[in-house]
Amino acid sequence: MITFLSLLLTGLSTGAIYALVALGIVLLFKAAEVVNFAHGSLLLLGAYVTARTWEAVGFPTAVALGVLVGALAAVIVERLLANPMRDAAPVALAIMTIGVDIVIATELNRRMGPDIVVVGHPWGGTAARLGDVAVPANRLIALLVAGALIVAFLVAFKLTDWGVAMRAAAEDRETAALLGVRLSRVTTLSWILAGALAVVAGIFLAGSPTPGLSPAVGVIALRALPAAILGGLDSTTGALVGGLVVGVAESLAAGYQDQLSFLGRGFGDVVPYVVMIAVLLVRPAGLFGTREVGRV
Amino acid sequence: MYRRILLGLGVVLLLVLPYYVGQFWLRLGFSVAAAGIGAIGLTILTGTAGQLSLAHAFFLGVGAVTYCALAGTDADLVSLGWPPLVAALAGVLLAGLAGLAFSPVAARLRHIYLGIASIGLVVIGQHVLNTAAPLTGGFNGRLTPGIVSDAKVSIGGVPFGAYEKQWYVGFAFLALAALLARNLVRGRVGRAFVLLRDSEPAASSVGIAVQRYKALAFVVSSMYAGLAGVLYAVAIGSVAPSSFALDVSVLYLVMVVIGGLGSVAGAVAGAAAVTALPVLLQEYAGYLPFLAEPGSGGVTASHAARFVFGVAVIAVVLTRSGALHRFRPSALGSRS
Repeated sequence: MITFLSLLLTGLSTGAIYALVALGIVLLFKAAEVVNFAHGSLLLLGAYVTARTWEAVGFPTAVALGVLVGALAAVIVERLLANPMRDAAPVALAIMTIGVDIVIATELNRRMGPDIVVVGHPWGGTAARLGDVAVPANRLIALLVAGALIVAFLVAFKLTDWGVAMRAAAEDRETAALLGVRLSRVTTLSWILAGALAVVAGIFLAGSPTPGLSPAVGVIALRALPAAILGGLDSTTGALVGGLVVGVAESLAAGYQDQLSFLGRGFGDVVPYVVMIAVLLVRPAGLFGTREVGRV
Repeated sequence: MYRRILLGLGVVLLLVLPYYVGQFWLRLGFSVAAAGIGAIGLTILTGTAGQLSLAHAFFLGVGAVTYCALAGTDADLVSLGWPPLVAALAGVLLAGLAGLAFSPVAARLRHIYLGIASIGLVVIGQHVLNTAAPLTGGFNGRLTPGIVSDAKVSIGGVPFGAYEKQWYVGFAFLALAALLARNLVRGRVGRAFVLLRDSEPAASSVGIAVQRYKALAFVVSSMYAGLAGVLYAVAIGSVAPSSFALDVSVLYLVMVVIGGLGSVAGAVAGAAAVTALPVLLQEYAGYLPFLAEPGSGGVTASHAARFVFGVAVIAVVLTRSGALHRFRPSALGSRS
């Protein structure tokens, strides 16, 4: 039971991190119909900046710097590349982001080499105890921070002018524009938010129990894509549910590896994708996604 | 007319080259032929039928592993010792079957959803290949049996070894693959694919069975990938599960995008560019002062090649021109 509870807690915290990344992916899809394959690279870029600067400027400032760089990189991609081709088919936009991903990932790979770069979390690798259940402090803090960010995001999405404009634009771009919504501003802001959220997630992903930042963290972050898809690409609720489902499923599969040994070692890493394909078989637009009308 | 003359000259050039060039170029040419076949398969699926897929690496893996297990003579691993060409054919068929098995998912998903679901196939495939160690050799991989015998024969006073013979096998397969693809794309099936890409409701209303044709595109493309996988395995000499990671799928996408989506000749040109660039940069790194040694932290040949690929993809998608081959205006599909 204790094993189960600690696995559940680990899964929920991992899931909350995935949800942050998936939320960004959904946001971009709603705002600009972009499926951003470069999201993992943006995450890695921001976390890398934090990892390289914390010794000089201290952890809080380094986090701020990392988030800033992540958001800035997202805006550059939006202004320079995504915006000029905003009327292209979603598949074309997705292929463009794959190009961006290749460039950023290559540069980061080159800089990191085979090293693992330590992100200097002040809480380091200490374990937190809740009764008999022990989890890395990093994961617990991640759960709290991600929860707070998600609540803040949802409140903003419901109440602020940006949130209303965003939802209006996602509903019907042309009508929203006619009613005075500045589409370009809404889109830019969405990219900023998506980039910033990804970097926060990246900083936690590179902490305990992960030894530090390496290109492998980008591979882990990629699991937010199945999370976003299984929840439904155009649903913020879907991103949250998808993130948690993927996180918990992965944690349980890894924890009960011995009982699942017939599925092979390291099955936990594959679970997000298995769950995604299973869900898509039943619901091709994800759990909460808008079903496309028109049968063929 | 000019095209025919050029084509004829190209064929003659390919036929006589083994008489003049060394092993390095022969091996590179064989790799290009292998990648070209895979790229043709992907351009049919993504370019002609409009289905974004990143699963190509998985089907390459199926073809390669099938070939190694059937033709192999390795005593520690599953090895049946079949004739190489029969094993290669079996690899193609099994890759097609794998595509068929995935087609219930592939045929239901649209555009971008398929793109992401297909990543899942690669990740799951990696896991399966790693787990099926008796078949694949696990993490360490296994040696690929040669597709031609090593025995030297002398033709016209020039000794022909494995690399020379391999060259002809590779380009014969490539020519066959390109011819089949051209006929497929120009014929009834190809037109159905194009309509499917441009509008599913329209395709459905003129009597095209949308799900079946999507599945068909997927199966055809995975069979091409299977053959490419067999030849790729032969080209690199040994294969491990990590030879078929997501990165390979991305490179295939790069090939068909810079070649111009939907163009068979463009796919081959793209495959040549993507395969040859890192090898050539590495070979001539000594003459290129901006390239650093691997491990020095600088920009190595493989980094430089990847930067070029990334920028090229962005540039092609942004401008939709400047491709190696004519780039059709509707190549990336339309909004629906």
